[in-house]
Amino acid sequence: MAEQTFVNCTAGGPIRVHVENGKITRVRPLIFDDTDAASWTIEVDGKEYTPPRKACVAGFSLTERARVYSDDRILYPMKRVDFDPKGDRNPQNRGKSGYVRISWDEALDLVAGEMKRIRTEYGPEAITSRAGSHHNWGNLGYRSAAWARFFNLIGFTDILDNPDSWEGWHWGATHTYGFYWRLGNPEHYDLLEDALRDTELLISWSNDPDSTHGIYGGNDSAIWRLWLRDQGKKTIFIDPFHNYTAAHVGEKWIAYRPGTTAAMALAIAHVWMTEGTYDEAYVAARTVGFEDFQRYVLGEDDGVPKTPAWAAEICDVPARTITALAREWASHRTSLAGGTKGGEGGACRQAYATESARLMVMLQAMQGLGKPGVSIWGTANGPPYNHTLEFPGYAQGGFNLIAEKPAVNPIKQRLYRLTAPDAILNPPISWMGEGFCGNSIEQQFTKFTYPLPGHSEVKMFYRYGGAFLSTMVDTSKWVRMYQSPKLEFVVNQDCWWCTETRMADVILPACTNLERDDISEWASSGGYSLHASGSANHRVIVYQQKCVAPVGESKSDYDIFVELADRLGVKQEFTEGNTMDQWIKKMYDWSDMPKYMDFEKFKEKGYFVVPQIENYKPTPSLRWFYEGRPCDTPDTSNPKRATDKAHELATPSGKVEFVSQTLLAHTPDDDERAPLPKYIPSWEGHTSELFKKYPLQLISPHPRFSFHSHHDTRVPWLSEIPEHRMWIDGYNYQICRIHPEDAEARGIKHGDVIKLYNDRASVLLAAYVTERVRPGVVHSYEGASRYDPIEPGKAGSTDRGGCVNLLTPGRMMSKNVPGMAPNSCLVEMAKWEG
Amino acid sequence: MARYGMVVDVTRCNGCYNCFLACKDEHCEQAHPGYTAPQPMTGQAWMKIVPKERGQFPKVKQDYIAMPCMHCDAPACASGTNGGVYKRADGIVMIDPQRAAGQQEIVTKCPYRVIYWNEQENVGQKCTFCAHLLDAGWKEPRCVEACPTGTLIFGDLDDPESPVSKALASGRAEVLHPEYGLGEKVRFIGLPKNFVAGSVVFGDTDECATGVTVTLVGEDHTKTTQTDAFGDFEFEDLPANKWFKITVSAPSCDTQELEVRTTSSLYLGDIVL
Repeated sequence: MAEQTFVNCTAGGPIRVHVENGKITRVRPLIFDDTDAASWTIEVDGKEYTPPRKACVAGFSLTERARVYSDDRILYPMKRVDFDPKGDRNPQNRGKSGYVRISWDEALDLVAGEMKRIRTEYGPEAITSRAGSHHNWGNLGYRSAAWARFFNLIGFTDILDNPDSWEGWHWGATHTYGFYWRLGNPEHYDLLEDALRDTELLISWSNDPDSTHGIYGGNDSAIWRLWLRDQGKKTIFIDPFHNYTAAHVGEKWIAYRPGTTAAMALAIAHVWMTEGTYDEAYVAARTVGFEDFQRYVLGEDDGVPKTPAWAAEICDVPARTITALAREWASHRTSLAGGTKGGEGGACRQAYATESARLMVMLQAMQGLGKPGVSIWGTANGPPYNHTLEFPGYAQGGFNLIAEKPAVNPIKQRLYRLTAPDAILNPPISWMGEGFCGNSIEQQFTKFTYPLPGHSEVKMFYRYGGAFLSTMVDTSKWVRMYQSPKLEFVVNQDCWWCTETRMADVILPACTNLERDDISEWASSGGYSLHASGSANHRVIVYQQKCVAPVGESKSDYDIFVELADRLGVKQEFTEGNTMDQWIKKMYDWSDMPKYMDFEKFKEKGYFVVPQIENYKPTPSLRWFYEGRPCDTPDTSNPKRATDKAHELATPSGKVEFVSQTLLAHTPDDDERAPLPKYIPSWEGHTSELFKKYPLQLISPHPRFSFHSHHDTRVPWLSEIPEHRMWIDGYNYQICRIHPEDAEARGIKHGDVIKLYNDRASVLLAAYVTERVRPGVVHSYEGASRYDPIEPGKAGSTDRGGCVNLLTPGRMMSKNVPGMAPNSCLVEMAKWEG
Repeated sequence: MARYGMVVDVTRCNGCYNCFLACKDEHCEQAHPGYTAPQPMTGQAWMKIVPKERGQFPKVKQDYIAMPCMHCDAPACASGTNGGVYKRADGIVMIDPQRAAGQQEIVTKCPYRVIYWNEQENVGQKCTFCAHLLDAGWKEPRCVEACPTGTLIFGDLDDPESPVSKALASGRAEVLHPEYGLGEKVRFIGLPKNFVAGSVVFGDTDECATGVTVTLVGEDHTKTTQTDAFGDFEFEDLPANKWFKITVSAPSCDTQELEVRTTSSLYLGDIVL
C-alpha cells in the first residue's frame, strides 16, 4: 500500500505522521507550505527576526512511533488474578498480584456492575476519579472532554487538582498583583518584541524554558533566546542547577541554596532602598504598602536589616555577588523570568514559596513593571499574536461548549489531590482552598471537609491516565491507599502501563490520540491560561487525523465511556446521538474556523495556520498599567477590563500590594503567609534539625526529555540519552545529578548506582557527577514512568523506577496554603551495593 | 549534481536531542532498501550527541556536539572493502548492506567512531544524510528538519547560495579533527576549546572588582580584557596544555600574577586585590 501521511498534535507540537501498510513509519514536525499564512517579522535596529516555517516541536513529540508501539502499551482488558467481585477482593495484593486477560464485554460489565452496585449501596459520591495531565492531546477525546463529560454526567466525588507547576505564584503572587484568572502568571502579550527592543538584561530566576517549553510550545521559543543573544542582551541565571537554558544562552550563573529565594530578593530590595536605585514615582503611584515593606527590609521593626551580608549566610552566595546583581538589575531595563510562563519554576514548589513569588513581583514593581523592557516574562510566550480567531482550548469546556445539555456534576463532595490518600485512609480531613482558584481570589479561602456531611466516603477509584505516584509528593501513601480495603474497587484506564496501573483491579486499555480523530489547537489550553498558544510562533488549529487503527484491543477513551454510559443507561445523554465526527464538526462550527477554512478542506489538510493581523499593533503586557491607561491587551479574562477600573490591577486597591488587602481581610493572623511577605526558613531545609541526618537538598524539576511520566521509559530512545537515564548492569536507571565534592565524600563515581533515601523512602538512581549542581544539592527529575519496588506491592520498598517523589514531603507549603513543596526535601545518598 | 555537506553551529545548539530522535525514528527497525538495513531499536546513534561540560562550579559551560558521519572525501572506512563502502557522486559515503556484510573492521577504521556494528544484520551502519530521502526529492535529512535552532545547516557545497555554503563562507567552520586529513564534509562552528576564567575581588571593601584589567600572555597569545559587574573575567578559545601568565591589575592595588596550564578549562576562583 502506498505511503499516506496524516496530521496530528501532541503536548509538544503538531506532527506529520507517515503510515505504510497500517503502521506508523515516520513522525515529523509539521512543515508549513506556501499556501499557509505568512509568518510574522519583528524588526529591531535594522535586523529582521522571523520564525522558521515549521513547528519546532519538543523532542518527545518525535518519539510517537516508539510510544504508540511501546512494549508498555496495555493491549487488552485485564483483571487482577486474585480479585473476585463476588468473593474475596484481596485489596492488600494491589501492586503485587498479576493479571489475567479478559474480554471487553466482561471488563465493561464488571466495571459497570460495580459502579451500579456502589452507586446503589452508597450513592454516586462513593465513586471518585481523576485524570493525570497531558498523556494525550485533543479537545474532545480525552480528559477535559470525554472523561469529564462522563463523570460529570453520572455525578462523582471530583478530586481538586493542586496547581502543581505554579504553586507559589498561584497562592502568593495573586495577592500582590491579581492575575488569579491566570493562576498567578502575568499576561504575556507582545513581550518578545518588547524584550528585543527595550530589555537590556534578562534575569532567569528558577526558569528553564528550554526544558519546560512554555508548557506545550515545544522548542518553538528556543530561537527567541538566540535572537536576544544576537541583540547583545545578557542573561543571568539564578538556580541551584546550571539548567539547559543557562547552558544555551547563560552569561552568569548564581547558584544559591534551595529555599532561600526570599532572602536574596529582600537583600536586592535592600540595596535598591539604600542606594536609591528604584523607581520611586512608580512605587508612589502604582503600589500600596511600600512603607511597611521598607521598614521590614531595613530592619526597623525586627532589628534585622535584610542586607546582602545577611542574605549571603542564608543563600550561600557572597554578599558582593548579591550587591552586584542588585546594581546590574537596577542600572538596566531588566526583564525577570520567574518561570516558563513568567511564574512557575521549581522555586515556587517549596516551603513558604508564596513569599518568594510575591517578592518577585515586588522587585519588578520597584523597577517599574510595565515600563518598556521591564517585565515579568519567561521568554517562552508572547510573540506577535492574532487573538481575533476564536478557537477553544482543551480546558475551555470540551463537550459542554457544544452539547445541547452541558454535563454538570451534581455532587458537592470533593477530595484534594495531594491529600486524597490521607482522606481515604484517615477521614475526616479538611483544607482551605479550591485547587485551581481561577474564578476568584475568594476560592483560596473556601473551606472543605471530607467526607462532606451527609455524604458517603469514597469506595471506588476510577484512575485515568498518567502518574500521581511520580508527580505528587510523599507518594508511598498512594500505595497504602490503593491497598486499603476502604477502596472496594479500583479501575485504571490508560494507554500504557504506568506507575499506578498495577494498583488496579480492572485495567482498561485506551488508544492514543494517533489512533482516533480529534480537534485542537497547538499549545492552547484556554481556561486559566488564555492565549497560551502564544508559546508557539504560529497558531496552528489541528484536525487530529486518525493515523492507524487502535493498537491491540485498545479503544478510544470516548468509546469506552460510551460503552459504560450505555450499561449505566445514560448513553443518549452522553452522546446526544452524535458520533465523534459530528462532535468534531460541532466544535469546528462553534469556533471562528468556518470563516477561514471549509470543514472538508480542514479535515483533509489536517491543519490551519492562523494568519497574522494586518498592520499589527503590539500591546505589551502591563504597559497600560505602567502608563495608567485602560487595559488594551487581549486578556479578556481580566475582570476589570472594559470597566471604569480598566486601568487597575485586579487587587482590592487596584495596585501592586506590598501589603495584601485580601490576606489582611481573610487571614490577618497568618504568620506564614502574612499580608507582608517575609523570609521564613524552610520547614525542611538547611536550618532544619533533620539536616544533620539528611544533609543533601533534593530538587526535582519538570523533566527535559519527557512530559511528566508520559514518555520516559516507554521510548527506548529516551533511555539512551545520558542526561535522562543510564543503562547499568542491564537496568535503566533515572539519573541523579551530584556535585563532585558530594560524590567523592561518599565514594560515589559517575555511573554508579546510588540509593537516595530519607525517612520516607529510598530510590535507586544512576549517579551523574557534574559541576552543574551546587555542592549540597542533588537533582533528579519528577515524573518517572515506572514504579518498580524491589518488593512489589510493599509500600516503602526501595524503588528502582526513579519515582523521586516517594522521597518528597507531603507537608503543605504553609498552614493556610495547600500547595506542594517537593523541592523542600532533605536526603542522604550512598553507593548501592545491591 | 549536488555535492552535499553539513555545518554544525555548536553555538546555537540547546541540546534538545531532536536530531538524535528524528534519526532514530527514521531508521530504527526500518529498512530503506538499496540504502540501509534496519537499525536496532537501541544501541546505535547515527546522529550522536556528545555533551561537553567545561569549567568548575560555579563557572561552567555546557555544549553539545552533534556527530553524524563526516562523509569524508577520502573515507578511511572504505579502504579494502571492495566496494562495501563507497562514495556516491554527490559525495555521500554509503555502506552497502550486502557487499559490506561481515566487514566488521570498518567500524574501527573510522577514526570518528560513527560506524556501528549491527550483529543481527551482520553489517556496519551509519548516517547516510538520509540519502533515500534526498533521492526521493527531500531537501534535507530528518535531523536537519527536526532542528529547532538552526544548529544543523545542510545543502549543496557547490551552490554558493546554499545555506551550508554561506555558513562555510563565514570562515568560522572547522573540521573536528583536521589532523586526520580525510576531507570531512561535516564542519563545525564554535567547537568548545579551553577557557580560563576568574572572579576579582577588592580585598579592602569585599566588593566585586569591576572594570579591572586582566591580561593573559602565552606562547602565541596576548589577550586583554576587563572584569564585568561581578568582577568576572574570561578568556575563551585557548589551546590545550599550554602555559599562560595571567596578570590582574587595578590602580592603587598590588598586581596579582598567576601561572596556569590549560589542562582543561579552568575557573581560578576568587582573586583578591
